[in-house]
Amino acid sequence: MPGNKTDAIDVRNAVKRYGDFTALKRISLTIRDNEFFTLLGPSGCGKTTLLRMIAGFEDVTEGEILLYGDEIESLPPHLRPVNTVFQNYALFPHMTILDNVAFGLEMRGKSKDTARKRAGEMLELVQLSQFAARKPSQLSGGQQQRVALARALAPQPKVLLLDEPLSALDLKLRKAMQLELKHLQRETGITFIFVTHDQEEALTMSDRIAVMSAGEMQQLGSPTEIYEQPRNMFVADFIGETNLLEVSVDQVMNGRAVCHLGGGHALTCNSVEGIGEGAKVHMSVRPERLFMSDVPVETESLKGRVAENIFVGTDISTLVDLAEGPQFIVRTSNSDRGNKRIFEPGSEIFVNMELGAGRLLMD
Amino acid sequence: MAAGAASGGSARADTYKDARGWLLLPSWAVLGIFVLGPVCMMLIYSFLTKEFRGGVIWEPSLAAYDQFFFDRGLFGDEPPKIEWTYISIFWRSIWQAGAATLLSLLIGFPTAYFIATRPENVRPVWVFLITIPYWVNLLIRTVSMKFLLRDQGPLNDFLIGTGLIDSPIHIVNTNFAVQLGLFYSYLPFMVLPVYAAVERYNFSLSEAAADLYASKWTTLRRIVLPAVKPGVVAGCILVFVPSMGSFLAPDLLGGAKNFMIGSLIEEQFKGNAGNWPFGAAASMILLTMVLIILMFSARQQAKADKAGG
Repeated sequence: MPGNKTDAIDVRNAVKRYGDFTALKRISLTIRDNEFFTLLGPSGCGKTTLLRMIAGFEDVTEGEILLYGDEIESLPPHLRPVNTVFQNYALFPHMTILDNVAFGLEMRGKSKDTARKRAGEMLELVQLSQFAARKPSQLSGGQQQRVALARALAPQPKVLLLDEPLSALDLKLRKAMQLELKHLQRETGITFIFVTHDQEEALTMSDRIAVMSAGEMQQLGSPTEIYEQPRNMFVADFIGETNLLEVSVDQVMNGRAVCHLGGGHALTCNSVEGIGEGAKVHMSVRPERLFMSDVPVETESLKGRVAENIFVGTDISTLVDLAEGPQFIVRTSNSDRGNKRIFEPGSEIFVNMELGAGRLLMD
Repeated sequence: MAAGAASGGSARADTYKDARGWLLLPSWAVLGIFVLGPVCMMLIYSFLTKEFRGGVIWEPSLAAYDQFFFDRGLFGDEPPKIEWTYISIFWRSIWQAGAATLLSLLIGFPTAYFIATRPENVRPVWVFLITIPYWVNLLIRTVSMKFLLRDQGPLNDFLIGTGLIDSPIHIVNTNFAVQLGLFYSYLPFMVLPVYAAVERYNFSLSEAAADLYASKWTTLRRIVLPAVKPGVVAGCILVFVPSMGSFLAPDLLGGAKNFMIGSLIEEQFKGNAGNWPFGAAASMILLTMVLIILMFSARQQAKADKAGG
């Protein structure tokens, strides 16, 4: 089947096996042109393997990979018009910063002068012009990171692959680089495929995210979709903080489900496709969608006792031991203290959730 | 009080310095006894007069160096001409050692690269296999080499058997046989340092080069070789220097025509026919030449590094 010329990358039924071990179990996904796409998952989920298959460092056991409509899975890496920013940067230690950035251009047949001129422009873009004559070892981690970025962008690849490029930086620098990367992506108009295990990073930067686990894709969607409408237990648990409750489903109707807890307490929440009556599943509710009161105020109120209040800067996290169920986290924003109450540890309270805040999950 | 503390501190530092001096004694002793001593002895002997049945007479003389560089006729009364005999032996030695080094590099580098890219647990096995032949005495190995290469030897038998050639190729008693012999003698000295360098090489640099459109060959030339250069240089020195002074391989595989400087020196100290001052002088010249070559290559290296940077 011919590929779509306007899609940057089309992965079709890609399988990767190392002997008996299957690293990728039949992945299919389409990455659009000019998109900031993130592969997100814990270590060992196959996200880096998939990225390396696109770059050409790993061969594809089964399936196809298309780049703007052309099959590339059989091409060696040096013939693929994609560039990679490596996790350890992999800057050439014996070359100057300028020569590092010019390398890819030279290899594409540009004259040394043209390559260096363009490399100089790239260094300007990442604000490292004054370091052009230095060797990589004379630069800090953050600067090396930006050189790696300039080097990968210089030959104007069709797709830029980024393999956890920010993981070695400290928090502040990482935050700054997240924004810088996002801006660079918009300025250059190049499709970025970003691999990370950091869900916050993924939510901040991406247009779309593919959440992966154990060689399988769990969910693909925009950051809001992934966060607000997780499809299964894994996604809900991996992305952000969540509270989980074991429930039995009594009735499903119009996307809503009526369920009860182990002790018989009834709840109404959002359902997802594939869950029928009688199913024993989990319900998830985000901590910021809960609030506490001394009398039940909503239809969905759960009895509990405050165990601890934890101050986390912008919010206060309250741990509540539920009468029927596990410990819940309730997050109260400090800016919302006028409307929402904080209770002392030991207080008997009710945890309330609005209709629609709770959501059933596939296992 | 403060002054007292300070002087106490400096006294301790002095004690420490003294102790450090004493602790260095073994290294100085080894260097003195095994390096400086012999070289000084050789230097002194080269400026003495020869005794006819070996040994020296303690009388200063430049005769040994004069004999090496100048021809004054059979009775030593003609006007001096340049003596080419020894200079040409010298030149041949440099050339042979250079060829052997190149051969070791061409074979040794891929071997070392191969070993360094095997899974970590089998690498020591390969290194071990490479070193096994070197448990056998060098003399035995060189003689066996002669048997392998001679006209009726297994190599020629095999080549004739396969029909590639009709009559045996004469390898023994050629320059090439000597080069092969030297190459075989010193191959591990090339393989081991290169292997150590390639093993330390960060292979993600090769991936980065491939990612930036460099072919395998270009990657080897532009990225891998510069990174492992110290190992390659060390290997070349370790093969070149002993090859220069070697006498076993030239004697056994080269025959009389392919005499090298090592054999010349050996002759001067063998039996009663020798000339110790002349042997010592030839050794000093060899030492000086090797030093000059090494310094020259180090300088070229530094220049290339500067230009490359």
